Amino acid sequence: MSKPQNAPGDVRSKGLVDYLNDENVRAVLYQIIAIGLIVLAGWYLVSNTLYNLEQQNISTGYGFLDLEASFEISETMIDYSAQSSYATALMVGLLNTVKVSLLGIILCTIIGTIFGIARLSSNWIVRKLATVYVETFRNIPVLLQLFFWYALIPGAFPHPRDALEPIPGVLLTSRGMYMPVPEPDAAYTLMAIAAVIACAVIYFVKKWAKKRQDATGQPFPMFLAGLGIFVGFVLLAYLVGGAPTELSMPALKGFNIRGGYNISPEFMAVLIGLTVYTSTYVAEVVRSGIQAVPNGQWEAADSLGIRRSVALRKVILPQSMRVAIPPLTNQYLNLTKNSSLAVAVGYPDLVSVSNTTMNQTGQAIEAISIFMSIYLGLSLLTSLFMNWFNKKMALVER
Amino acid sequence: MKIQTILAAGAMTVAAVAAQNAQAGAVLDGIKDKGFVQCGVNTGLPGFSAANAEGKWEGIDVDVCRATAAALLGDANAVQYTPLTAAQRFTALQSGEIDILSRNTTATTTRDAKLGLTFVGVNYYDGQGFLIPKGLGVSSATELDGATVCVEPGTTTELNLADYFRAKGMSFEPVVIENINEATAAFFSGRCDVYTTDASGLASIRTQMAENPADYVILPEIISKEPLGPVVAQGDEQWSDIVRWAFTAMVEAEEYGVTMENVDDMKANSTNPGIQRLLGVTPGMGEALGLDEAWAYNIIKQVGNYGESYEKNVTAKLGLERGLNALWTDGGLQYAWPVR
Repeated sequence: MSKPQNAPGDVRSKGLVDYLNDENVRAVLYQIIAIGLIVLAGWYLVSNTLYNLEQQNISTGYGFLDLEASFEISETMIDYSAQSSYATALMVGLLNTVKVSLLGIILCTIIGTIFGIARLSSNWIVRKLATVYVETFRNIPVLLQLFFWYALIPGAFPHPRDALEPIPGVLLTSRGMYMPVPEPDAAYTLMAIAAVIACAVIYFVKKWAKKRQDATGQPFPMFLAGLGIFVGFVLLAYLVGGAPTELSMPALKGFNIRGGYNISPEFMAVLIGLTVYTSTYVAEVVRSGIQAVPNGQWEAADSLGIRRSVALRKVILPQSMRVAIPPLTNQYLNLTKNSSLAVAVGYPDLVSVSNTTMNQTGQAIEAISIFMSIYLGLSLLTSLFMNWFNKKMALVER
Repeated sequence: MKIQTILAAGAMTVAAVAAQNAQAGAVLDGIKDKGFVQCGVNTGLPGFSAANAEGKWEGIDVDVCRATAAALLGDANAVQYTPLTAAQRFTALQSGEIDILSRNTTATTTRDAKLGLTFVGVNYYDGQGFLIPKGLGVSSATELDGATVCVEPGTTTELNLADYFRAKGMSFEPVVIENINEATAAFFSGRCDVYTTDASGLASIRTQMAENPADYVILPEIISKEPLGPVVAQGDEQWSDIVRWAFTAMVEAEEYGVTMENVDDMKANSTNPGIQRLLGVTPGMGEALGLDEAWAYNIIKQVGNYGESYEKNVTAKLGLERGLNALWTDGGLQYAWPVR
């Protein structure tokens, strides 16, 4: 096809007006103007803020991050003391946020899936119980739920002096749950490495098994084999490491229980609150996902003589995943963002530590800018991962 | 097209708002325009600032705001209150949301120099202590190694606590909760062995919030100096002068023995030149501050002198004696700069 040519003699004038009337030029021009306005507004805000701060003699900048924090934090996953810097303190807060969010996401997915399936159960009691669970916890604001759990947990258990001991070594107190943990030993590092290697081996065995099944139709007991490989590797590492048996047992010493691993009431309140709340949404997502799979899929599985439980696992759930993943991503993001409510019950998450930092240094704008960008980063990372997962699960058109 | 219009309008609004903020230093004009003082107070600390049964705010911190309003606007009730947690207070002041922060706030170098604040006086000399349940069987703070301690975040208390345990080579586990009501609830539920804040605050928590105050004791150690007082933002020097002298007038009045009861009599009959100057019989002080000559009279008539405010709020509600907060003539630290 040839382009339409201008008729000879029709010399199109390229004046400014014509140029501006060109649809394509206009589209670009508008966008440039829009971006320009946004940049201008942003610049105006920032410069004004800086000017005002200077006028009010409020110091600015991120230099405070290197100063000594001089406050203590109750739960730390890394080495931290009052002598550490504000930057380290914020890191502690970030890790606490990630810890509670990750655990929350895993638990709410498991619980949500169970309740989602239960809502479709043919058993009346199971179905109704699941409905009551979902409708109750979905409709109470999550902050109130956190307060509820936080009021309940320290109140329901005795002072450390009269700790309950349901299982030997596990103590329940108003200060949280204590349980024995192994004393640090080189063998445990070895075991962690072995676990990673085992996962890699399982991955390759699974690949091989799938190839063989595709070629010969022979199924391979992947679950049992995988379990065997994993346990075998880890156990071997444990034995090679000298099979340490020393445990750090929690015991009353002074005012508190020392030793062992402590799960604080603050952490429990946040984890339970977020998990329960979000799991109701996950349940609805799972239920709608399953219902979105046409009934013909059940019937087709039936007609092939596949058991119902296997059909659910191998036919229905994989297809419902495709519907469920995008809304599930939303719920994961919500949970991560809701974890900032932890500050209300004293769990030292990122917001809690940032608030303290902000108040001790007076650097409100800097501290808020830090935790806002971190939350943005966390959410984007979660989104990226879920998008990748979504693509992986999507229907492969052949 | 629409989007562009909206964007432009948005940018204009933003610019207008930002431009407003740029005129820092006009706190005083703002107060005169709106006709009341916006006062940042504690969310609930009986004796200092707490809402009473009728929902009216009272306490010695509240009285500083009332005194300022009486001096500037002639009406001690021309005050609006903003209850703030420890962590919110400075941002509220810096952003201009409140005109004055009167919320048992400790004056420190960092706050004065780096936060753009001006501490205008000390209306309560305090120190940090520890509140424990009697059943803990502890008689001294030096026995608290390993204890769990409830504390409000963003306070000097939180820092002193870490310093004290560090200096003594002891360890502790902090439970940090922002809202004072949530924090004390955690303490009373047994989540913490110890609650720490200023000694006056401990007295307030013990007498007003504990189910049975006799079950709790305040340990004898006072581990820090806490000069508590009203704060304003830097940038409006006339405003900070007014707050400073409004508070000073309350102490000065007590030194002269001028009370809510006898202020009219004093104004009419006193021959003491100091009292005459304070009450505006001899003019000059009001003019110097840019106020009505009856500024101090209004304060004493409507709010009372410092001793009256202390008696009514702190002694009556918390049972705390004057101690450090007695007048210097009685061996305390309250010493008014001369109004002249």
